[in-house]
Amino acid sequence: MDILVQQLINGLVLGSVYALIALGYTMVYGILELINFAHGEITMIGAMIAVATIGALSGGALPIPVILFTGLVAAMAGCMALGYVIERIAYRPLRHAPRLAPLITAIGVSIVLQNIAMLIWGRQYIAFPPVLPQGWHTLLGARITDLQVAILVTALVLMLVLDLLVHRTRLGRAMRATAQSIPLAGLMGINGNRIISITFLIGSALAAISGFMVSAYYGLAHYYMGFLLGLKAFSAAVLGGIGNIRGAMLGGLLLGIIESLGAGYIGTLTHGVIGSNYQDVFAFFVLITVLILRPSGLLGAPATDRA
Amino acid sequence: MRRRQRSAWIAGTLLAIGLACLPLLLQIGLGRSWVRIADLALLYTLLALGLNIVVGYAGLLDLGYIAFYAVGAYVYALLDSPQFGLHWPLWAVLPLGAASAALFGVLLGAPTLRLRGDYLAIVTLGFGEIIRIFLNNLNAPVNITNGPQGISLIDPLHFGTISLAAPHRLAGLTLSPPLQYYYLFLACVLVVVFIALRLQDSRIGRAWAAIREDELAAAASGIPVRNVKLLAFAMGATFGGLAGGLFAGFQGFISPESFNLMESVMVLCMIVLGGMGHVPGVILGAVLLTVLPEALRMLGDWQLNHLGRVVADPDDLRMLLFGLALIAMMLFRPAGMLPSPRHRREWRKDARP
Repeated sequence: MDILVQQLINGLVLGSVYALIALGYTMVYGILELINFAHGEITMIGAMIAVATIGALSGGALPIPVILFTGLVAAMAGCMALGYVIERIAYRPLRHAPRLAPLITAIGVSIVLQNIAMLIWGRQYIAFPPVLPQGWHTLLGARITDLQVAILVTALVLMLVLDLLVHRTRLGRAMRATAQSIPLAGLMGINGNRIISITFLIGSALAAISGFMVSAYYGLAHYYMGFLLGLKAFSAAVLGGIGNIRGAMLGGLLLGIIESLGAGYIGTLTHGVIGSNYQDVFAFFVLITVLILRPSGLLGAPATDRA
Repeated sequence: MRRRQRSAWIAGTLLAIGLACLPLLLQIGLGRSWVRIADLALLYTLLALGLNIVVGYAGLLDLGYIAFYAVGAYVYALLDSPQFGLHWPLWAVLPLGAASAALFGVLLGAPTLRLRGDYLAIVTLGFGEIIRIFLNNLNAPVNITNGPQGISLIDPLHFGTISLAAPHRLAGLTLSPPLQYYYLFLACVLVVVFIALRLQDSRIGRAWAAIREDELAAAASGIPVRNVKLLAFAMGATFGGLAGGLFAGFQGFISPESFNLMESVMVLCMIVLGGMGHVPGVILGAVLLTVLPEALRMLGDWQLNHLGRVVADPDDLRMLLFGLALIAMMLFRPAGMLPSPRHRREWRKDARP
């Protein structure tokens, strides 16, 4: 029983991070119908900047919360600038090109980001500086650390804020209008390019926060971490229904739980034939199954063109 | 008309002589390692031609293409190495590898080909990773692939008792192993080029072009879209499997790390840079991108000589440059360096709605 609870907690924490990244994919897809391949790498850059900044400051006299906050802000600023520039350079000129073109530049961008990260920070794993709280609590016989609580609460608050932003504000209404049709939104006085830029800024900021969370959670950052993370978050976005913001949140949480339970129990279920080293495969199976059975995702409107 | 035919014959003969002499010249001029690079260039040409059928002809973006290469390579490695103590003849293993790859192509394609372009890209990418993860982990509980250590001591490509890994004398000339591989791979490439060119103008090829340009219109014209797409997938996979088998026999060692996503991206780069859907362009792309890293290696030596240390490792720079090239290509010359006439028209028209 307590193993089940433990896996659920771990899955929920991981899933909330997936959800934050998935939001970036789904918002961009909702407006541009473009899979922003580079989003995973933006997350990685966020993690790298955070770890590097915190590492550089942690020797000094600053109090730990200030250090962590500075790292977070640096990561967010870096990623937002990056997301903005990427959209301007690599995606905007190709908005009317054949569908394959922006997809290929997106792959190009992610390769470039990965290799820039490798040139700056090297090939080795970088450890997260030991400045994080180490406490933990017991919940239904399972262990939940302070860090897990912090990640989960922050992620949920961010999701709530984003949901309010999209559904309750003028900007959100403009974003939803642009997602339906850029030229028609333009007729209503909405500057489509501005909205797209803002979408990239928000998505990148969320990516930076999740990168910070992942590196803090695993205690590591690596130039190649963005690839798998991005792929899983994309699977989560598809699971929830790509283009649908609440879907991305649901999909992320679900995928985290599926992965965690899967990795925890598959060894026992298959009598050790398939072990937890297959953990990374679950996301792909979820992705492929969803695309075959319900391509519009759990919360997506059944649109024939989507699949 | 007749004169044009004759000049084509002359050009063909000159090309044939050039290709036949090239490795000898390389060996004399630049050393034997360059003959090996030529071998690799031919292997990548095979791969790129296979992927070109899927991406260039049918317009399906496949980001897990290297998985088929892996399947072909592992079939060869398992049936021709001490791993299971099997030493099957080449005639059986290569077709079997190609057929298994085709089977995997159909298995992947059947459920996913209903998906629109960008979804397909992600699913194929995931598929490629799944294959790699399985190859990495299938060493327990029953050891099949030997896990991350890979399979070594693979039998070299051999015809009966004639092994291509040993030098042979032919008409007073000593043929070193890389030279022999070169001629074998060249023969394969020529066959595949012939097939690819014939396919392009065939009924199937025209169906692929129709699907690429407008799936709905193609379906309305009576093209069985799904089957034709599946055929493209299977054909591409077959060539990938063949190239994989040759790679395993050529290299003598394979491990899951030879088949990661970056390899898929690299083959895609070759097509995009050379010219999607255009056989000469694809060949150009494949050769350039195989030779370029070797040329970049010299950049490392240059840094060592002139700056005293390697400031930026050429191996690290390589992928960075590829990424930049992909972006620049799409922005400024989306049809590639040597575009096919039809693609050039398409991309130009689409760029200005």
